[in-house]
Amino acid sequence: MSAEPAILDTARPVAARPPSDAWRRLFRHPGVLVGGFILLFMVIVGLCAPLLGTIDPSGINPTVRNRLPGFERTIRADDGTEIPFTFRMGTDSLGRDVYSRVLYGARVSILVGVIVAVISIVVGLVIGLIAGYVRWLDGIIMRFMDGLMAIPAILLAIALVSLFRAGLFSVIVAIVVPEIPRVVRLVRSIVLSVREEPYVEAAIMAGTPTPKLLIRHVLPNTVAPLIVQGTFICASAILIEAILSFLGIGIPPETPTWGNIMAEGRSLFRVFPHNIFYPGIFLALTVLAVNMLGDGLRDTLDPKMAQR
Amino acid sequence: MLSYILRRLVATVPVMLIVAVLVFLMLRLTPGDPAAIIAGDNANTEQVALIRTRLGLDQPIFVQFFIWLGNILRGDFGESFFFKKTVAELILGRLEPTLSLALFTIVIAVAVAVPLGVLAAYKQGTWIDRIVMGFSVMGFSVPVFVIGYGLIYLFAIKLNWVPVQGYQPLAQGFGGFIHRLILPSVTLAVIYIALIARMTRASVLEVLGEDYIRTARAKGQVEIKILFRHALKNAAVPIVTVIGLGIALLIGGVVVTESVYTIPGLGRLTVDAVLARDYPTIQAVILLFSLVYVLINLAVDLLYTLLDPRIRY
Repeated sequence: MSAEPAILDTARPVAARPPSDAWRRLFRHPGVLVGGFILLFMVIVGLCAPLLGTIDPSGINPTVRNRLPGFERTIRADDGTEIPFTFRMGTDSLGRDVYSRVLYGARVSILVGVIVAVISIVVGLVIGLIAGYVRWLDGIIMRFMDGLMAIPAILLAIALVSLFRAGLFSVIVAIVVPEIPRVVRLVRSIVLSVREEPYVEAAIMAGTPTPKLLIRHVLPNTVAPLIVQGTFICASAILIEAILSFLGIGIPPETPTWGNIMAEGRSLFRVFPHNIFYPGIFLALTVLAVNMLGDGLRDTLDPKMAQR
Repeated sequence: MLSYILRRLVATVPVMLIVAVLVFLMLRLTPGDPAAIIAGDNANTEQVALIRTRLGLDQPIFVQFFIWLGNILRGDFGESFFFKKTVAELILGRLEPTLSLALFTIVIAVAVAVPLGVLAAYKQGTWIDRIVMGFSVMGFSVPVFVIGYGLIYLFAIKLNWVPVQGYQPLAQGFGGFIHRLILPSVTLAVIYIALIARMTRASVLEVLGEDYIRTARAKGQVEIKILFRHALKNAAVPIVTVIGLGIALLIGGVVVTESVYTIPGLGRLTVDAVLARDYPTIQAVILLFSLVYVLINLAVDLLYTLLDPRIRY
């Protein structure tokens, strides 16, 4: 009897946490530093948008339609006084201030990215654990996931938004669904390989109940790969949200999102390219930052995945 | 080999069946009368009644599924009440622009990405390698419509080399056809190049460490032949695999690119159908694109034996 706890005790640390110097390596990785810095900048821009010299991002002003960046005009402030204002990034065809819309747009993009990543990971983790552990359900779940994965992601998202009323929630659902099978596959493959590990076999022999086994021994192995996967999902979610909005089938057009600003600027692109380029640069930088962060996380937290 | 091909073909049936079930359920699980939804907002009661009998909506749901599936297998995707055409006609009319765009994109992407990847692997760790890898991360991050508008701005508006938008059918002359297709294809190719170049680099790097490469060098083989004949050939399987998987990205990109360049293809049709809530068309387009994706990846699997004689089924 006394041998069993000993096996479990020596086994657990191996299973549970990445090497302790992983965190130190993480903060020295150039991709993580640069990506993290840009991302932090975008988060601050989004959060502090009201303090950064913006006006109402949805405020329509017919007298200043289609102005180039740098246009100056006095506008009426909230308290009724006239104040001089510079439209740093120009205005769109409804006279809305593009600078304000771009800054507020950071909120929607980052929010969608984070929420989609969290939901996809949680749902995918649960389904993946079930598929990996309940043998008779495995076949059914994985065939279903194969079917979902056979539909190209953007196409599936487009089809799903067509079913609901346009809005933040339906866009999030539409982006989450195509991401889930990828998480399920990852989690299932981890469960299947962990199950063969001696310390898990030992735990099973010791009579550990299944839920405890999953939480104590299997779950910790999924943390690092899922953080990495979550980062990439976040990047692709930001992109897909912008694509849906750009195509005019995403978040309602009055909401300031980068995709919406660009969609609005399409018709007058020849004369006023700033409506596309400013939000485009912010969008590209944000996705680039998240991707760099993801690559860095993969290199440092999950060396096995980096070799693949 | 033949029995393997047959087995693989049969194995795609369940996958496509599940796609069909998902596409079918998409409409039936939304609240409301499916016949009215399919007929669209502008339909009259006769049209709705027609659909109701055609789809057997009074039958149990699994009978409905088989009626629907049977229609589709006979090439009857229903009627688009928005475009006033059968969906099959609609799709056939939109095939040429999309096929041309996709094929041209694949040719450009492979022609650029594979040499780039090989070069990056050969010059591993140098600034060339870093530029290629940096471009690859950029390619994944800059959205296809931003690239599209950037290229339009530079090459169509500022330099005036190519038309801004539009499509000219092949039948009206090859010159104009290619002239209008170049920019959209390059736009769409960027993300694909990023994907293929990255995989080529990784795959070639792995092979370059093998003994037979050292042997080839020892016998005085020219570097370029070592890279392209010895290394690339052995590195081919993962590269071809990622080209196949990348078709999913390509299909998503087609939808966006066709909207940016106003090309009247299947991608533009998909967006128009969603905007008009034209469900029979949406269903047909999803089924078609998924089938293409699955079949291309099947073809890729079968290519393995040609690329690598060591693989036997």
